[in-house]
Amino acid sequence: MALKLADYKTDVHNDWCPGCGDFGIVNALQMALAEMGIERDKATIFSGIGCSGKTSHFINTYGVHTLHGRVLTFAQGGKLANPEMTVVAVGGDGDGLGIGAGHFVAAGRRNVDMTYIIFDNGVYGLTKGQASPTLKLGEQTKSLASPNTNYDVNPIGLAVASGFTFVARGYSYDVRHLKDLIIKAVKHKGLAFLDVLQPCPTYNDINTRDWYAGVDLAQESIERHSRIYKLEDTQFDPLVHYDDEVEVNEKLSQALIKSLEWGTKIPIGVFYQNELISPYSIRLKDQIPNYLENPPAKQKISENGLPITNVSKILDSLEV
Amino acid sequence: MSSVDFTWLIGGPQGSGVESGANIFSKVCAEMGYQIFGKREFYSNIKGEHSYFTVRVSDQQIRSNVNDVTLMVSFDAETIFRHFNEVSSNGGIIYDSELEDVNTEGVRSLDSPFKERLHKYLESKNKPFTIGGVLEIAKEKGVNLYPVSFKKILENLAQETDNPKLRSLIRMYNVIGVSLSLGLIKMPSDSLFRSIDTIFSKKRQIAEINKQAANYSYNYASKFENFDHSLTGTTKEPHTILVQGHYGTSIGKMVAGCRFQSYYPITPASDESDYLESHQILEVQNNRPGSTAVIQTEDEISAIGMMIGAALTGTRSSTSTSGPGFALMTEAIGWAGINEVPIVITLYQRSGPSTGLPTRHGQDDLLFAVHAGAGDFPKIVYASGDIEESFYDTGRCFNYADVFQIPVIHMMDKFLSSSVVTCKRFDPNKITIDRGKLLDKVEGEYKRFAFTDDGISPRSRLGLDNGIFWNTGDESDEYGHISEDPVERIKMMDKRMSRLDLALKRIPDEEQVISFGAHKHTIISWGSTKGPILDAISMLKKEGIDMGFIQIKLIHPFPTDLVKSLLKDTKIIIDIEANHSGQLGQIFKQNVLKDINYSILKYSGRGMTSTEIFDSLKKIVENKADKREVLSHGA
Repeated sequence: MALKLADYKTDVHNDWCPGCGDFGIVNALQMALAEMGIERDKATIFSGIGCSGKTSHFINTYGVHTLHGRVLTFAQGGKLANPEMTVVAVGGDGDGLGIGAGHFVAAGRRNVDMTYIIFDNGVYGLTKGQASPTLKLGEQTKSLASPNTNYDVNPIGLAVASGFTFVARGYSYDVRHLKDLIIKAVKHKGLAFLDVLQPCPTYNDINTRDWYAGVDLAQESIERHSRIYKLEDTQFDPLVHYDDEVEVNEKLSQALIKSLEWGTKIPIGVFYQNELISPYSIRLKDQIPNYLENPPAKQKISENGLPITNVSKILDSLEV
Repeated sequence: MSSVDFTWLIGGPQGSGVESGANIFSKVCAEMGYQIFGKREFYSNIKGEHSYFTVRVSDQQIRSNVNDVTLMVSFDAETIFRHFNEVSSNGGIIYDSELEDVNTEGVRSLDSPFKERLHKYLESKNKPFTIGGVLEIAKEKGVNLYPVSFKKILENLAQETDNPKLRSLIRMYNVIGVSLSLGLIKMPSDSLFRSIDTIFSKKRQIAEINKQAANYSYNYASKFENFDHSLTGTTKEPHTILVQGHYGTSIGKMVAGCRFQSYYPITPASDESDYLESHQILEVQNNRPGSTAVIQTEDEISAIGMMIGAALTGTRSSTSTSGPGFALMTEAIGWAGINEVPIVITLYQRSGPSTGLPTRHGQDDLLFAVHAGAGDFPKIVYASGDIEESFYDTGRCFNYADVFQIPVIHMMDKFLSSSVVTCKRFDPNKITIDRGKLLDKVEGEYKRFAFTDDGISPRSRLGLDNGIFWNTGDESDEYGHISEDPVERIKMMDKRMSRLDLALKRIPDEEQVISFGAHKHTIISWGSTKGPILDAISMLKKEGIDMGFIQIKLIHPFPTDLVKSLLKDTKIIIDIEANHSGQLGQIFKQNVLKDINYSILKYSGRGMTSTEIFDSLKKIVENKADKREVLSHGA
């Protein structure tokens, strides 16, 4: 029986603030899962801590709500042990780029075949609005006592530099576009990163829905226009077409340059994609030839309560 | 009395082949039928600092080192300065005669506290601060000295074999030292050549050169006279294996079906992960090959996170770490606790606090392991007493984790990890695999945290058909969704915490505590002190003194009633541990509500010898001991 969008929703009460950008992301994720027809029990959503951490409870697949900053570690372990599973990890920008930044970089280097979505809103919402890693230096959101004293992390740039092989940005109020991006990310062979701009209506009074819509710019132009534009509507080609240093470097550099665009024009869409770099599963397969057919989670380890692993050769070699 | 009880010591700068020398020596002795207890001591350093290896050899069962060294071989000055006084009066020292004039200032790696102590001692004996000076002391004590010019050996060898390259091959000093020793004790030489072949099996040419050097040195030393000790071989116990410290848990993990191990490099734990990775492909009866995915992570937080993620798929998963790494894992241990995830953490302790003595021994982390993690949640802390035990215990730990669905911390330590011992071949058929309530299929509505009579819910795994569940580090309802309801909270807490009593009820007594007899004086202890304690007890027995010993393996939950009943006739309780505060003693007092009469503690970073335990126990029996006996043997 074909699965419908409703099948991917749980009846857990959603306690996000009215107007929260998170709703768009969870909807897009459910739509993407439904459109791809991924069986509910063959997918796991891992989540970090914070408002976004609750995401896994709203989606009717396996859901693992982990620790602050550590979502990628749990998700990679799950995927490596059971590579048949579709794995999506989600978390806030504080979770992934503050406390979890080390894991973010290491995950990029590993390139495990899964998707990581950051709910990027510039504030720590659940602890009442402190500055998070993507808030710009000198900006003062509503609950800050003084302007932010730290420079902001560039999530796209960091992902590209760390080895993520699919790097994209979405906007939580463009749900259809975001859904399409999630599908691309999940289908990508390797670690896909999605930075989703997500207004926090309660604590971020700078990067609001109206701000992204360009309302403040409206007086200067006759036509009210959005700050957001789509890379795919331009000549931008994010894909690494062949395995050549010049080609790869050019695609990495243009992604980095593009990621610096901010202010009146903010690009969304795919910044970089390289499927020529081996996913971690293939690297493991080089060591363990039958890893994909017989991964850790599928291995038989006992019969009638007794072990079936034969270590006699090892023990023979130790006999004196 | 055992007819052979011989301790050999080899020392040299780190990187000079002390360890491979000791491996050859151990292998030769083991092949000739002897029991071996070897122990490696080294600095936190790659090259240059002093490392040494003692190998005790006997024709009886031995489980520890003793204080006295029978034969020391050294190709550097530092070894002699540090160890000359350990050699017993009719023992021997083989040393490089080129070193006789070296004084303490000439050995830059001698640290000043040691030098000060040595100088004071030499002054009191009216000796110069030179190798010649310390050797005189040894000689006066009755130690036989065997000066050998290592340089000349190479020169003569180069000439004899017409291979001038040999002249400068000082890398062979270790093999020369071993061969001189074996020649001196008249150990048959064929086993020596076989061992060299095995060790250099991939480098034929090097093996040949080493064998020439070995042969030359062996013959050279067999001309020495006046050495009372000879080891000519004894009856070999069938199915004896020679193992290094981490083999028990490593091979145990393979047999127990651990298929995922994530780790971050740390001494002395990473040897286990390296071993698992180098034996990654596993032979499985009537099945396609299995494998262990061994993942080196960016830190210990990631190691435990990944391991929990893997465990959620139903894979038996583990990590191996030491104190500082374990400290980073504590938040996630709590997560595994509240989510009832079976995980096994193999904790190879070393001396703390902080980085502490990173390559030295300590049983410092017992209380930490018992209390690791925020909040109240159940876990099991289980301690192995020796390498052989650790093999079987690894199997048990995975069963406890699966059956009770809780984190298990398997306590090991540096004393065990850097030992090389002979023991009975591990028997995989004595390991059972009990996966508890792990499900293979799910029918009908599923609740991961369903309330049940025994407090344990059937466990689905990520990816299982119809088995969808949720996890959260928050308190949850039966489905695993966040719940802050006060009534549910009480039920969930009670459900989880009931595992502690359940574990005490279901784990067989003989897995909880091993009693080696209880007497008027009885020792309580845990972990690697077992070997030296048992050897000390045998020494006391020979003097007609009965000493009891209760080895506590299950430390959390604490088997209070069992321990109480075992100690019911004991008047004097003696706690022996390698830490400062007597951590097991504290747990004992808290649970048994009885005082510890004496503590024998060691926190110098070196393992206990049976000699020093024997000395303290004897003082206790004779009523001459301090309440707190602090041991300090070992360089």
